[in-house]
Amino acid sequence: MTLRRPLQILLFFVFGLAVWQALFMARIWSPVLVPSPLSVGRYLYEAAVDGTLWSAILVTMRRLMLGYLFGIALGLPIGLLIARFRFLGDTIGLLALGLQTLPSVCWVPLALLWFGQTEGAMFFVVVMGTLWSMIIATDNGVRNVPPIYARAARTMGSSGLHVWLRVMLPASLPFIVSGMKQGWAFAWRSLMAAEIYVTILSGFGLGNLLHYGRELNAMEQVIGIMLVIILIGLLADKILFSPWERFLHRRWGTVK
Amino acid sequence: MTLQTELQNEAPSKLSVQRVTKRFRSGGRDVHALDNISLEVGEGEFVCLVGPSGCGKSTLLNIIAGLEKADEGAVLTGGEPITGPGRDRMVMFQEAALFPWLDVLDNVLFGLKLKPGLSKSERIEVAQFYLKLVGLEKFTRAYVHELSGGMKQRVALARSLAPNPRVLLMDEPFAALDALTREQFYGDLQQIWQQHRKTIVFVTHNVREAVCLGDRVVLFTPHPGRISEQFRIDLPRRRDINSIELARHAIEITAALKGRRGAMEEYAI
Repeated sequence: MTLRRPLQILLFFVFGLAVWQALFMARIWSPVLVPSPLSVGRYLYEAAVDGTLWSAILVTMRRLMLGYLFGIALGLPIGLLIARFRFLGDTIGLLALGLQTLPSVCWVPLALLWFGQTEGAMFFVVVMGTLWSMIIATDNGVRNVPPIYARAARTMGSSGLHVWLRVMLPASLPFIVSGMKQGWAFAWRSLMAAEIYVTILSGFGLGNLLHYGRELNAMEQVIGIMLVIILIGLLADKILFSPWERFLHRRWGTVK
Repeated sequence: MTLQTELQNEAPSKLSVQRVTKRFRSGGRDVHALDNISLEVGEGEFVCLVGPSGCGKSTLLNIIAGLEKADEGAVLTGGEPITGPGRDRMVMFQEAALFPWLDVLDNVLFGLKLKPGLSKSERIEVAQFYLKLVGLEKFTRAYVHELSGGMKQRVALARSLAPNPRVLLMDEPFAALDALTREQFYGDLQQIWQQHRKTIVFVTHNVREAVCLGDRVVLFTPHPGRISEQFRIDLPRRRDINSIELARHAIEITAALKGRRGAMEEYAI
């Protein structure tokens, strides 16, 4: 009974691999364009054994986490401030709304000119991907807090900063978490684009491996790295956001 | 301060509303919410404010709570003018306004944590005392969304009683509950009020509810908000909302309301 769901999931993916293998064996397309699942597996195995895969994952994740955490740490207080002060909302809030609509990969040319082919450029691009979403989400969250919460808190003796930290901030959490998710998605996409687009000598990330796979016509490498990128995205969702979403679900009673 | 003195009731406070006037703009119109209102509420008295929407009864409650400021006049509590919200006056709203990120116990602790002079274990004991008083001692670790509407209001009642206020301000706290739950509240609130005497100002649409709970029922008329008439209710406690005598009082008061204004449909008898 309990095994049925995992079995279904397993069967689905085994079936997918079988279709892929069948298409490869049918020789409709050149093996250069459609490599076999086996050759992709072999590439991943070899890259794992010689360490290139792990070091690429490490380089990419370090870039991502540094920029992402910085963007969140900066975006949260800015979001609270622009929700609190009308002047900041009218100015920085509008700026953030505008910049949030700009795909963050558009920052890559600017970052290259400002920082050169350095880690600084990568950091900048990831921060730009995270920051604006985080600001907008926090601001939105605060604006959606039922005013009665703050009124109730004030009658109990809460005021000033206490209202903000103990009421407005936790009350905005559902919005803040979805802002964190969106920021993550933007940061992840823009970092991949930047790594494919730019070679930085201080470290080869997953995007670089993808890029070289194309240059070498090594389609098994391209597809293998794509699978790794998907896997990291899935894991991030499970590890980074699932605990938050479980928390929200338990406390707010929202649907999972 | 020891736990025992903390749990002992603070002396209920006398409230004195003196010539309060309040105007505000709403939907592009000037609303004269309160016009020169004066009202004395005795120590430990249960006063119900009744009137149609827009008569300013909730505005008056907010001014007493310190959430809004009067344009003219003053409200004194224990002889001191009110300048802002204070722990001596706790408020219960129509919505429970509980915080979903906290469980039941932590919601009751929210106000207690802001009250100086209590240790952590004392605070928890005080919170549990009041949760037991409202009959929710088994739900201290439940989350807000897991509670029914009636249970939420019970937590809200415990939360407003916990800091041991002298005055309890209640703004249509039972309006959103079903009839059965509400009737149970009438009995429980009367009992709690008899044991832990507070000065209560209770705003409601429901004449019968006002007669059931109040020592005195104060009628408001709108545009501008004024007190039109007052009724002393001398029925013995604990009163039953379904008693015939209570209905007789309610009919009398409703007739007075009808006499002032034609809008009958606002009142539930």
